[in-house]
Amino acid sequence: MVSLSVNGQSYPVDVPDDMPLLWVLRDVIGLTGTKFGCGIAQCGACTVHLDGQAVRSCVLPVGNIGNRAITTIEAVGNTPAGQKIQQAWLDVDVVQCGYCQSGQIMAAAALLAHTPHPSDDDIDTAMSGNICRCATYVRIRAAIKQAATGKLEILQTIGSTPEGAAP
Amino acid sequence: MSTESFTQAPAETIDLQRRNVLKSSGLAIAFLWLGGTGAASAMMSARRQPADTAAAMADGNPPFAPNAFIRIDSEGPVRLVMPSVEMGQGIYTGCCMLLAEELGVGLDQIKVEHSPPSDDLYGIPALGGQITGGSTSTRATWSVLREAGAVARSMLVSAAAVQWHVDPSTCTVDRGVVHHAKSGRSATFNQLADVAGRLPMPEKVQLTDPKDFQLIGKPIRRVDAADKVKGATQFGIDVRVPGMKVATVMACPTFAGKLASIDDKAARKLPGVVDVLRLDNAVAVVGEHFWAAKKGMEALVIDWNLGVNANLTTQQLQDAMADSARNGKGIVARDDGERPQGTLVQSEYQSPMLAHATMEPMNCTVHVTHDQCEIWTGTQVPMRAAQEAAKITGLPIEKIVLHNQYLGGGFGRRLETDWVEQAVAFAKQVPYPLKLVWTREEDIRQDHMRPMYHDVISAVLDAEGRPVWYGYRTSGGSVLARFAPGAMGKDGLDSDAVECVVEIPYDIPKAHVEWMRHDMPPGFIVGWWRGVGPTHNLFVVESFIDELAHHANKDPLEFRRSLLQKNARAMGVLNLAAEKIGWNSQPLPARVGRGIALAEPFGSHVCLIVETEVTPQGEVRLRKAVAAIDVGIAVNTSSIEAQVQGGVLFGLSAALYSELTIKNGAVEQSNFNNYRVLRINEAPLVEVHRVVNAEPPGGLGEVGTAIAAPALANAIFAATGVRLYKLPVDRHVLVQSPEVLKSVVSAAAREERRDIA
Repeated sequence: MVSLSVNGQSYPVDVPDDMPLLWVLRDVIGLTGTKFGCGIAQCGACTVHLDGQAVRSCVLPVGNIGNRAITTIEAVGNTPAGQKIQQAWLDVDVVQCGYCQSGQIMAAAALLAHTPHPSDDDIDTAMSGNICRCATYVRIRAAIKQAATGKLEILQTIGSTPEGAAP
Repeated sequence: MSTESFTQAPAETIDLQRRNVLKSSGLAIAFLWLGGTGAASAMMSARRQPADTAAAMADGNPPFAPNAFIRIDSEGPVRLVMPSVEMGQGIYTGCCMLLAEELGVGLDQIKVEHSPPSDDLYGIPALGGQITGGSTSTRATWSVLREAGAVARSMLVSAAAVQWHVDPSTCTVDRGVVHHAKSGRSATFNQLADVAGRLPMPEKVQLTDPKDFQLIGKPIRRVDAADKVKGATQFGIDVRVPGMKVATVMACPTFAGKLASIDDKAARKLPGVVDVLRLDNAVAVVGEHFWAAKKGMEALVIDWNLGVNANLTTQQLQDAMADSARNGKGIVARDDGERPQGTLVQSEYQSPMLAHATMEPMNCTVHVTHDQCEIWTGTQVPMRAAQEAAKITGLPIEKIVLHNQYLGGGFGRRLETDWVEQAVAFAKQVPYPLKLVWTREEDIRQDHMRPMYHDVISAVLDAEGRPVWYGYRTSGGSVLARFAPGAMGKDGLDSDAVECVVEIPYDIPKAHVEWMRHDMPPGFIVGWWRGVGPTHNLFVVESFIDELAHHANKDPLEFRRSLLQKNARAMGVLNLAAEKIGWNSQPLPARVGRGIALAEPFGSHVCLIVETEVTPQGEVRLRKAVAAIDVGIAVNTSSIEAQVQGGVLFGLSAALYSELTIKNGAVEQSNFNNYRVLRINEAPLVEVHRVVNAEPPGGLGEVGTAIAAPALANAIFAATGVRLYKLPVDRHVLVQSPEVLKSVVSAAAREERRDIA
């Protein structure tokens, strides 16, 4: 029996020590916001925070976690950086299919928490482990900058800031 | 305020005898697979149809359901049922905008629903069924969804007017409320739903004058974004059903191979492993969770009968394809008679097999009971998936209940139903609901890959170097022949194979175009891949146009302009892109070049200019991309930008890095470590500029992808003088000299990446 601290809640789980955190979150605890993309830490879809650090949960055995605090996409909005990043994602309208975006947001929130004013190189370094097949990269970059500066960074080649649905 | 009057006649009539009327509509031609049997049975309608009664009943039986797209209950948000599926392309937002514009509700007042399987209610006429593909969704729904919204509004207004004894024309609608200013009365759509539901359908409705649009033509945020940034959106892989077990699968890696035997003793002993299931070419391990299933799979000892492809390699496939292109007998797609006299120039191009690699691996949850089969998956073809499940289970189609989900990427992969068929075949062996999840390795190796192609392209030039004739011999497998055999041309022509070649934007008077059908070996299933025929053909055509420009010693921009005097829309996007990137502004640094590509795929007009650096060591570093697009009327300008940006980068990703290769009849790649795709540090800024006009909407989702590769190849030529005749980009041929390989790879090399895993 392993006890995990996920989003401030304690979960005792009866799973093998070598089971990656990803599958415990998704298939045992039922938090499906964290995604499976590759299983070998190549795509970043499974990114969560371990004591505030971005980690790939698909290769992280639960037996190695101990009492470190796990934060997932479901609760990252409770952190200042996570809240800013999610809002910027909405303002810039980053998502397309959205499948990788949990991981993108977790990686971006960790970046912003540690580097409040990231340069392009900082963004490349922190985000190059997260693949987006819809290739929303231009807007991801804009959203991270917007979250950092509070200034509109949306690429204005075609129109003004999107308006409408998303609260 | 409104001037456009509408009757029930569809806005666009398709002449079934003359498929060529859809010349520039991409996959739509390919899908028009009626086989000469008569009128299309599948047809969306703005008004209630016979099948609507049952559909509305199954959807909570709302008091007001005037068509297949709108449900208004006595309380709660207006529910909008989406005819197309959402795989990232933003069509849910676009469809909601069309409906909401005419209905008179805000996008913050609606709830979006996936449609159930039904060709009758959600069939796209040009595709012959409920299919999201071929960049057809906006073109197909632009009229019918606005009309559907207007029908509903008209009935709600009538309901109010009847109760208030006022003239309906004196009522107004705003954010889901009908007002009568004079009497100060108002009623919400919820309050009016019951009465409206008992009124007759209006025959004619007025559509909003475009100048009065509140939503259409503006940059509008996506309706699905709020849940997606919170991880709250349910994709197929997120479905959890009580009592469900999770399986993973391995099919024979060698195509057409079969399962010989398995030793599952060790696997069955592992904690959490529930069962081991077999099909004739695949094995699944069922677990309490995915990890148990995966560990179980690793513990299996599997013996395969590799079959006829046991020794097959990429080289053999390519050699056969090249021979076919050079010597095969083609099916003629266009012929304008004798080839004129002049200088003949010719080139050969090769395109590789590609995987889709959607971020969400293939998955499907199925529960088969004695009288029903319930399915949860994300599919571009809900009805086809349900039909396949009916065949496999032997149940009647009405006993197949399919719950479509948000798709974690489609790109054409989810136009197939192979993984659904496989999941149903496994699930019918067990009493519990079974969720089948492919590993990434299975997803790459068992993809229905984009076909490989070999093309011979030629032109006859006059004394000034101007082409007066072009010839095209393309060899490749046919997706259409399997997917919709009835759609093949009378003489066996696959129109997708020659899309964007039979007609090109340029004024070249004569052409000869033919397709050599070259089927892949048994078991190799080729599939639709974003941009389909145009993605492959445009790489060849637009690279070759660039070759002709250089052959004529002309600037590639001026050369194209000289051939576009009769094509104002193509000229428009060419000039816009050139202006925005500053084509003639200032000289570029050494080994930096710009490449143009221009085309008219999917009913749109697009020009892409890519600017790239090629390091002396042969590394391609994208600096910038500028796209100009003419899609006619814009629905959501934010979506246009996003789709062109994403589409261009998707195409550049493939052109730079991606290829499936074959050894022993099996795909050699397996995951993102060896099937490389574009990452953010490699992605340039992509500017998107639009030519604004009021032409009917063109397609969008695939346009950027289709135009990407030739712009890159032409930019690399401009930077290095090396013409790329084969994709993906081969860095070895771009090395400036052997000496530079001894030096540092690049001054721009980033510091070693932090390992954050």
